[in-house]
Amino acid sequence: MAYKDDQLHEEKVFKDPVHRYVHVRDLVIWDLIGTKEFQRLRRIKQLGTSFLTFHGAEHSRLNHSLGVYEIVRRILINFEDRPNWNREERILCLCAALLHDLGHGPFSHSFEKVFKLDHEEFTRAIILGDTEVHQVLSKVSKEFPQKVADVINKTYHDKLVVSLISSQIDADRMDYLQRDAYFTGVSYGHFDMERILRVMRPVEDQVVIKESGMHAVEDYIMSRYQMYWQVYFHPVTRSAEVILTKILHRVKELYGQHYQFKVEPTPFISFFEGKVSLEDYIRLDEAVVLYYFQMWAEEDDSILSDLAYRFVNRRLFKYAEFNPNLQMNDWMELYQLFKDIDLDPDYYLVVDSSSDLPYDFYRPGEEEERLPIHLLMPNNELRELSRQSDIVEAISGKKRTDHKLYYPKDLIEKLADDRPEKAKIQKILNKQER
Amino acid sequence: MLDNHAKLVKVIAASDGIVGRKKLQKIIYILKKLGLPFEEKYTFYFYGPYSEELSLRIEEITNLGFVTEIKEQKSNYYQYRYQVTDQGQDFLEHSNADVPLVESIVRDMKEQSSRFLELVATMLYFDHLPKDEIEQKVQEVKKKSNYTSEDIVEAWSFIGKINLK
Repeated sequence: MAYKDDQLHEEKVFKDPVHRYVHVRDLVIWDLIGTKEFQRLRRIKQLGTSFLTFHGAEHSRLNHSLGVYEIVRRILINFEDRPNWNREERILCLCAALLHDLGHGPFSHSFEKVFKLDHEEFTRAIILGDTEVHQVLSKVSKEFPQKVADVINKTYHDKLVVSLISSQIDADRMDYLQRDAYFTGVSYGHFDMERILRVMRPVEDQVVIKESGMHAVEDYIMSRYQMYWQVYFHPVTRSAEVILTKILHRVKELYGQHYQFKVEPTPFISFFEGKVSLEDYIRLDEAVVLYYFQMWAEEDDSILSDLAYRFVNRRLFKYAEFNPNLQMNDWMELYQLFKDIDLDPDYYLVVDSSSDLPYDFYRPGEEEERLPIHLLMPNNELRELSRQSDIVEAISGKKRTDHKLYYPKDLIEKLADDRPEKAKIQKILNKQER
Repeated sequence: MLDNHAKLVKVIAASDGIVGRKKLQKIIYILKKLGLPFEEKYTFYFYGPYSEELSLRIEEITNLGFVTEIKEQKSNYYQYRYQVTDQGQDFLEHSNADVPLVESIVRDMKEQSSRFLELVATMLYFDHLPKDEIEQKVQEVKKKSNYTSEDIVEAWSFIGKINLK
């Protein structure tokens, strides 16, 4: 039997708090789970800095990856005898589902911004490079690693396969919404996934939803909307993200100035120099990053030590609502006042916008920006979801933007009362502070 | 502050208004591929490179009043028209964001159809491949778009022209 079709003697199961069990029967999947690159995902948190807001949010990208695999496995059982579905693509779909987040690094959002990296490129590099994952995939066929990379990169010729892993209603989102809701403990994020899986249909180059399942999809769209505001874009998580980003900017700047670190930041040097090899990238995980944050909290550079101390001990920045259009003058005044009190505004006065942490709201794709969710009507016609559902239409048109001003309130309060800047700063910040 | 927003407002101002979300998406992608400092992260989707970050940023500059967005009903679809406001011009005057924009490139792109820009953006997305493989990949991922060999020749010529500017 070809390796692609090899089955384990007995099915293996992983207990899972979201899907109850994750079932593995294919040898290739079992082998991939055992690779060091996949196991590394245990040391990368799925929700980055959210654990500082929701103490339960310590789940890893490995948990999520297994969950996405399990959902795709269940979808494919439903697809097995349906027209338009090519059963030959089964193992490709399962591998792509399992490996889709393989290139995520520690706190990847901030790392990518500061060091101009792209986790999707690293996913590709791990799949195609000299790695254990590549060795396993190559046993299926010489071309197989490239096929898996193409599906994850969304450039595979069969778009139906791609849409299982990445579309506006895909296994990735269905897993992370439920998993993130479970681990954060919020009551949002729940929807009837079993129902959605039953009404999914492969139609030409996309997965569509039988019209009778519209209400289950409405619930899913509502979950996405609520999870965004309640969890992903929580202002306290954003504060932690702001501080994390500033720490990385500061170490990079200090390295550029030949600053003598007390502990040489060896695992970061290739990041500072913009020459990150695959090996360097894989080696850096959250355990390493958090170790260095503790070391940096002891550094002589006051900005770095303060920011690192804040992150490690959860002394986060406070925030005020901010409208960059109406409060442009306030911003300029604050910027100067922070300079006057020797608080570097480039590190201690930060405007954070919703687009700094983009989240894919449902978009009806009116101008073919992205493929929307289509309902399969009883007459076999396809209709875009928001044209059929008043609830989805209402959410699609909602304002989804927000700007906040982050600053260290504790340092402002510590200023001597007779310093004129203190009252001026507080007056501006108190205008709309929460 | 808001440098990435300012760069976007600058492109819309330079083009004297842009019609179409898809067109705006592809214009920024092409400018980024030309080496201009746009930081929006793009991913390949059904209709070519697309940035959710950019979509949200467009909503932000609209909600802030720097740009107006007018929804126009066409025969069987909607289309959005973007124009910089007086407040947007003020914002640009206060901004330090630096984009060495080649206005003529932006205007050239504005005159093209979004379908054509989708083709150009898709070809640029695969620019790490040799030319014949790019063409092959485009036909593979854009089967439904039915791009002809003339379209592809025209797209190469357009890429050559904007690269020279």
